[in-house]
Amino acid sequence: MLTGSLLIAAGMFAIGLFGVLTRRNAVGILLGLELMLNAVNINLVAFAHFNGAVAGWVLALFTIAITVIEVAVGLAIVIVIFRVRRTVDADHLNLLRG
Amino acid sequence: MTAATLGLAGLGLLVLGASLGVVLARNLFHAVLWLALTLVGTAGLFVLLHAEFLAAVQVLLYAGGVVTIVVFAIMLTERLVGDSIRQTNRGILAGAAMAAAVFVGLAGTILRATRPAIPPVPELTTAALGRAVLTEWVLAFEVLGILLVAALLGALYLARTEE
Repeated sequence: MLTGSLLIAAGMFAIGLFGVLTRRNAVGILLGLELMLNAVNINLVAFAHFNGAVAGWVLALFTIAITVIEVAVGLAIVIVIFRVRRTVDADHLNLLRG
Repeated sequence: MTAATLGLAGLGLLVLGASLGVVLARNLFHAVLWLALTLVGTAGLFVLLHAEFLAAVQVLLYAGGVVTIVVFAIMLTERLVGDSIRQTNRGILAGAAMAAAVFVGLAGTILRATRPAIPPVPELTTAALGRAVLTEWVLAFEVLGILLVAALLGALYLARTEE
């Protein structure tokens, strides 16, 4: 059971990483990040259950809250970028390229 | 035990399939719907792991809140005609290789790890979670509250309209 949960989380993390690396749309990249953070939550809850340690639950709760913050700020930045550049395509956002 | 293992396998397949939908869907709006399915499936995994409170939080905050604001952002920034627009960049092979390498590394470590034999542990309860948050973890909890307020005010400030 523990190994199965950890493998599911590892798979979800890898899929999220793939999304972050390959999506062109900035919102799509944020969706990939969501998957990666969600995979971490599965790990935390699985370890909490199989070790009887409540700290895993507490950390999962904190991770969920921080993910919500991350999405709110990330999407605000995406909206500002769209307003300025009229695109959210990450390939075209090269303002900082030297 | 067998029923739990079966449930884990089923939910795992559902969650991983929906995750693939998130990263492969051509229409970003469909990707968000796949993400909602992934998050609800994860809540199911939490129930299977006896974390009912976290499952409820997951559905409320993630599947309710996060999905809603992502949909709003897509509607504000996409023209929603982009079905045929290529959604992946040139690095798709490199990205797939990287993700596969990370998965193989993680899975190899998980499968090779030897767990010390732990005696059957007492069942965790939501009451224990509440006590831990307000005693041992109270400092982190309060800092998280400050972070939440600061970040949401910051997001509001960033996305405001120029007057």
